[in-house]
Amino acid sequence: METDAYTLATLRRGEKAVIEAIDTRDPQVQRLMVLGLVEGAEVEHASAAIGGDPMEFRLFGCGISLRQEHARMFTVAPVGAGV
Amino acid sequence: MSKSSEVRIPANEITVKRRADVSIAVVGTPNSGKSTLFNRLTGLKQRIGNYPGVTVERHIGTLKTNDAVIELVDLPGTHSLTPHSLEERISVDVILGRVEGTAAPDGVLAVLDASNLYQGLFLVQQLLDLDLPVVVAMTMGDAAIRSGIDVDVAALQDALGGVPVVEVVATTGSGLDELRVAIAAMRGAAASRELVVWPELRRAAGEFQQATDNELSLRVCERLILEGISEHTQNYARLTESQTANLVSQRDKLFGMEPPIAVEARIRYAWVRDTLKKVQRSAPRLQSWRTRLTAFLNQPLPGTIGLFLVMAVVFQAVFAWATPVMDLIDSGTAVLSGSVAAALGEGAFSSLVADGIVAGVGSVIIFLPQILILFLFIILLEDSGYLARAAYLMDRAMHSVGLSGQSIIPMISSFACAVPGIMATRVIPNRRDRIATILAAPFMTCSARLPVYALLIAAFVPAKQVGFMNLQGLVLFGLYLFGIVMGVLTALLIRKTALRGPKPPFALMLPEFRRPNLQTVFIQLLGRAKVFLYRAGTVIFTVAVIVWALAYFPRSDSIGAEAEQQREAASYSVSGPELEAEYARIENLAAAAQLEQSWLGRAGKAVEPLFKPLGWDWRVSAAVIAGFPAREVVIAVLGTVYAVGDEADEQTLSGRLKASRWPDGSSVFTLPMVIGLLIFYACCLQCAATLAVIRRETNTWRWPVFAWVYMTTIGYLGAMLAFQVGSA
Repeated sequence: METDAYTLATLRRGEKAVIEAIDTRDPQVQRLMVLGLVEGAEVEHASAAIGGDPMEFRLFGCGISLRQEHARMFTVAPVGAGV
Repeated sequence: MSKSSEVRIPANEITVKRRADVSIAVVGTPNSGKSTLFNRLTGLKQRIGNYPGVTVERHIGTLKTNDAVIELVDLPGTHSLTPHSLEERISVDVILGRVEGTAAPDGVLAVLDASNLYQGLFLVQQLLDLDLPVVVAMTMGDAAIRSGIDVDVAALQDALGGVPVVEVVATTGSGLDELRVAIAAMRGAAASRELVVWPELRRAAGEFQQATDNELSLRVCERLILEGISEHTQNYARLTESQTANLVSQRDKLFGMEPPIAVEARIRYAWVRDTLKKVQRSAPRLQSWRTRLTAFLNQPLPGTIGLFLVMAVVFQAVFAWATPVMDLIDSGTAVLSGSVAAALGEGAFSSLVADGIVAGVGSVIIFLPQILILFLFIILLEDSGYLARAAYLMDRAMHSVGLSGQSIIPMISSFACAVPGIMATRVIPNRRDRIATILAAPFMTCSARLPVYALLIAAFVPAKQVGFMNLQGLVLFGLYLFGIVMGVLTALLIRKTALRGPKPPFALMLPEFRRPNLQTVFIQLLGRAKVFLYRAGTVIFTVAVIVWALAYFPRSDSIGAEAEQQREAASYSVSGPELEAEYARIENLAAAAQLEQSWLGRAGKAVEPLFKPLGWDWRVSAAVIAGFPAREVVIAVLGTVYAVGDEADEQTLSGRLKASRWPDGSSVFTLPMVIGLLIFYACCLQCAATLAVIRRETNTWRWPVFAWVYMTTIGYLGAMLAFQVGSA
């Protein structure tokens, strides 16, 4: 797998990553950017609902949930172990 | 909402008489403790109104200092000045002075959650770019310490360009005095414009300002560059062609091919990250019940099971606590109505007061126990941060029926009563989603349907065992299920047709659990109760009086005279308790005869052909018509129409129903007819309160009229199908 295959949607529970690039075309993705999911921000996959969708991420101490279809628009670089 | 609500008068043309010297907007991100702080500052000196043309509530409180009266406007929480939901749009429009009838604020009190500085500072930056004095109140310091964040207030004040930052603890009240002084000092103070986070925007705005010959303020220029020309901005600045061209080129230079929102988010959050390094020190994270609970509920299965447990408790409480109070109100109304009738004697006025007004008021306040209890839970769940988690957990299930997770609480609440359920749809940001939820909610089996179901099932469904369940229970369960299926189908249908549109947005903040503030809960509950009594209560009351008039007029003197003769005759033949019983019998027969020739009875007879395919005679038709304002009324009307004095005596009533015959001697209440009647009740929107609340929450008569016609048609067709197929 190429490194650009890592997105928020591929993170495992407890895994941390830094956002590297964002596909900004979807207005909903833009909304997520307003909420702080921007390039350079570090996020942790905290939980998921039954079936793995939607997913919850921790972002600077606050919880934010998004659907997998939007999580895929955020390319990330994993941080710490497991890279 | 409708286009007409977009017409706005420029801020400088609005003259509003204000009792206060200064008006300060209270702005903050959702869950920042903004309302709690607002309540601490203003106490019960609050007014709740509505913004023109929309259903967002307007909370205004006053704060008195030694030399000034300060008006505080509590705005709905918003993450950004680029609005996302209806409530956010209102906040932004008020801050920018774009709302008709509301003057632009003289200053901004920015509420900053210390445990979520990341998002909070994004909004604060935008607020500092307005031409207004700003004071920052930092809340939730205790929550921040718990989650391992220590904020250096002096460094923060420095990073924000010297804007006053006051740390407050709402529970103890510490910092409030200092905050009051800072708020008072905003009166006539200069705008806080020390901080320039985005010099390129400032430069572009300056160039554009020159192109408009300095007619527009720098702040308006910045907003125009960020938002572009839209229906929301064109009303507050009319631009010439060359000015528009300049605006377009400034936007091109600044944003290129990227969406402006994305560019703004990148630049502002980069500044926030740098600032956080300067003002935040990490402290040891405390393990509390909150963190452990959050961690436990973060797992998919415990989280979902927990949600169902919470809802079961809420549901149980509504039935266990509300039902006794409702019974009390019900019997209290009956007693009051009886004694009023006795005191005023016979006649139309006495009946108007006793059966019209007292019963009408009773039918309004009977909803209060359920509404208060349900709302108490909804507010507690919301303030503790659990509501967001429930929406998150149920999102996938709701998504499959075209709704989002935020619809789950309104839907479940509607099992108790659709009125608070529909009022609870305000948390849904997407308009299409919200209306689809509002239309689906009345299908849920509410507590007013239950007595009707109970009566008909007990009378006509045999109590035999089917497997481990009783057939009667099975039918009741089936009716609940039927309501859910109909509601879901309605939501699906409406989202595929009239409300077709992009998938509802879903970006939900999941705050950590926190203990709700009792004062805030109380004030919110009081507000909800007032809104219900004023807005829905008037409609319910009016309809109740109209139905009374239909059932009372015209009076037939001959029936009264005949009853009088019978009474006299009876007084000669029998005596004692027997005579009392005979009097009661005569009175009931007279009441039934009067009802038969009243407008309602005539209407029942007139529409009998219409309901004949459903197997209903004129009595059932009249009772159903009378039940349109409030479905539980049908039992009382059936009681009168079948000349059974006491409607509480269901045994007798169901016996009477069973015994009722068509003129040709065949039974009226056959099993197919009863099943049809049950289906009709499961579908039909026989509730003036629900219609009034739909009207209030959608701000148009279109949706309540649509819901009524749609649900009545389905009920009618369903009942006809059941009767025709069953009788064939």
